[in-house]
Amino acid sequence: MDTAQRQREYWRKNLRVTAILMVIGFVVTFVVAFFARELSFNFFGWPFSFWMAAQGALLVYVALVWFYAHYMNRLDHEYGFDETSEGEQS
Amino acid sequence: MGVIGFVLLLGWLERVGLTRTWIGYVFLLATVVLYAAIGVMSRTTNAAEYYVAGRRVPAIFNGMATGADWMSAASFIGLAGTLYLQGYTGLAFIMGWTGGYVLVALFLAPYLRKFGQYTIPDFLGARYGGHAARSVGVMVAIMCSFVYLVAQIYGVGLITSKLTGLSFGEGVFVGLAGILVCSFLGGMRAVTWTQVAQYIILILAYMIPVFWLSAKHTGNPLPQVAYGAVFDKVSAREKELLNDPKEIAVRKIFADRADVAEIRLAGLPGSFEEGKLQLQGTLDQAKARRASGESVLAAQKAVDTYPKDVNAAKAAWNRDLALRARSVPPQRHGEAYPAESESAKNIARKNFLALVFCLMVGTAALPHILTRYYTTSGVKEARKSVVWSLFFITLLYITAPALAVLVKFDIYTMLVGSEFAKLPAWVNSWARVDPTLLSITDINRDGIVQLAEISIGSDIVVLATPEIAGLPYVISGLVAAGGLAAALSTADGLLLTIANALSHDVYYKMVNPSASTTLRISVSKALLLCVAMLAAYVAARKSADILFLVSAAFSLAASGFFPALVLGIFWKRTTATAAIAGMLSGVAVTFYYMATNYPWLRGLFGITGSISSYTWWDMLPISAGVFGVPLGFAVIIIVSLFTRRPTAAEVALVDFVRVPQLPRDATKTRNG
Repeated sequence: MDTAQRQREYWRKNLRVTAILMVIGFVVTFVVAFFARELSFNFFGWPFSFWMAAQGALLVYVALVWFYAHYMNRLDHEYGFDETSEGEQS
Repeated sequence: MGVIGFVLLLGWLERVGLTRTWIGYVFLLATVVLYAAIGVMSRTTNAAEYYVAGRRVPAIFNGMATGADWMSAASFIGLAGTLYLQGYTGLAFIMGWTGGYVLVALFLAPYLRKFGQYTIPDFLGARYGGHAARSVGVMVAIMCSFVYLVAQIYGVGLITSKLTGLSFGEGVFVGLAGILVCSFLGGMRAVTWTQVAQYIILILAYMIPVFWLSAKHTGNPLPQVAYGAVFDKVSAREKELLNDPKEIAVRKIFADRADVAEIRLAGLPGSFEEGKLQLQGTLDQAKARRASGESVLAAQKAVDTYPKDVNAAKAAWNRDLALRARSVPPQRHGEAYPAESESAKNIARKNFLALVFCLMVGTAALPHILTRYYTTSGVKEARKSVVWSLFFITLLYITAPALAVLVKFDIYTMLVGSEFAKLPAWVNSWARVDPTLLSITDINRDGIVQLAEISIGSDIVVLATPEIAGLPYVISGLVAAGGLAAALSTADGLLLTIANALSHDVYYKMVNPSASTTLRISVSKALLLCVAMLAAYVAARKSADILFLVSAAFSLAASGFFPALVLGIFWKRTTATAAIAGMLSGVAVTFYYMATNYPWLRGLFGITGSISSYTWWDMLPISAGVFGVPLGFAVIIIVSLFTRRPTAAEVALVDFVRVPQLPRDATKTRNG
């Protein structure tokens, strides 16, 4: 595979993971908040929708961002695009 | 460690007999001296050091610096109070101000780092070839950073004056000195390391009292875990208070007073004379029938306290009319979208979702946050750095709702139902400091505190927590120092963003491209001084509605920057003309919506006519970005399709930022 092709494939995979993570983020934020009145069953003392907005969503955000960093750093390496001292200077 | 040692030392001094004012001074001085020392040690005249801290800030420290940069006085002092007052509705800020970092991580930080210049307008200038896009970028960056900066300096003035007893105006300028010592000498490098120190101070200051309060009420020092059980108790107590006959009676008194005021206001000016005559009549009668001394005195007092003229009466009765707000039953903390009717509930929900959206996108478009990711050593570090940023920010935002519930529990169960003769010391001291923060009056004269008799301002929740938790005053000093750190660090970041936009983008890139590094940095420092003075001047006038300005900054940044930046990276077909049109139309529609819907701005622009005729889709002006962002995207996409394709250089730039690093020998293949 030449570099241009690798670049395209790398970008496609990047777009895919970005889209998946955005969908998860959208669900825990907007979908849960939209149904907040229906989802107010007791969850360890909190109404569930309150807990989601106050803690659950935040923990998911941290997980999403962590997963993205981890996944992309590995993808860089797999495609030979990771930063080394050689190659172009940024 | 140093901070803890310092607090212990001061705690001991308080025991020995150091007065409160002096503790305040020591905290103010010690922290500002610390920041100044870091500023002096990091002084520099090297361009890369000055603008982007030499691009070698480790991910974790950049995370801390971003955290301090991000969390403003509003987050530190106001947020928990907002949550106390609004319950679920306030959580829009919690989700918006953290979720925005997901957008930063996925759509912007790695690509901007790869681009690797100095400012956000730099990127717009390179991607959309030319000065036009850069100028629009500069304009938007300055507009949203400046209103935000004014709010921070205002916060600094408020805290300094509370901490030391200086006047507000003096507080503003003392705080300003604190801001300038860091950014002036060492630019981004100094600001970065100061912000790291400020983060540590502010997070300790926030956490210590909450942990203490949690241990007091639940026996578990981890408030984030423990407050679920407390929440249950608060909900049960809310139910009691809703139906308590005494609470209902107090609320009725407020409603009656408001009703009377409404009738009197409608009858002005005639009702003024009428009321006066009536009171005078009561007094004369009491005297005539030789009533008890007490009732004569009461009637005399009523005459004496009656408004002096029609204008005074109008003001007093308007104050009474505002009591209507206190006649409504308390909101249930966990209830989402509380409202009378089904349609009002839906409007509340719509506005909540829109606010979350605006705050998220705004977070991912504020230039002072985005520039922070230029300072890491590479793309990989930038990605990690967003993780650290969000982690450090989440620590505070996950604690704020816990604090709100714990304080609510304290007030609902300990304060409500207690006797007026035995109010806790913190109640009396704060009610004396500022009645808008806290005031309790025995409306129904039964000697017992009812919830409806308490009027509370949002800032008190954080400020009074140490005293509610029963901690010594030195912790209150630490909290104030934390609030100051939050305001100073954000102000530093903003100030630098504005000065750099002017000196780097306007002066160096557009006016005088041959300027030497030394000259550029001198220009930047001079501008920094001017902008800081101007912002302090505006803040000291206290004229604008500060909280509104902060939220306005988010909507403006969101609609100005986000579509142009993201499409510039993710869609090669985006053209320069389209980006400029999109940025301008996004900002214009957001600004128009605010100007026609927000009372203060309406007054400024002389807009008359009913607000509802300008309102679209029942949206509050705080979420104006909900119109600007989609419009920005739509305009960019449509105009792009009708304009000539971007140049080869622009497309090459997109390819360049999309990959962290191409191998040196591009033809050499690996087994990928």
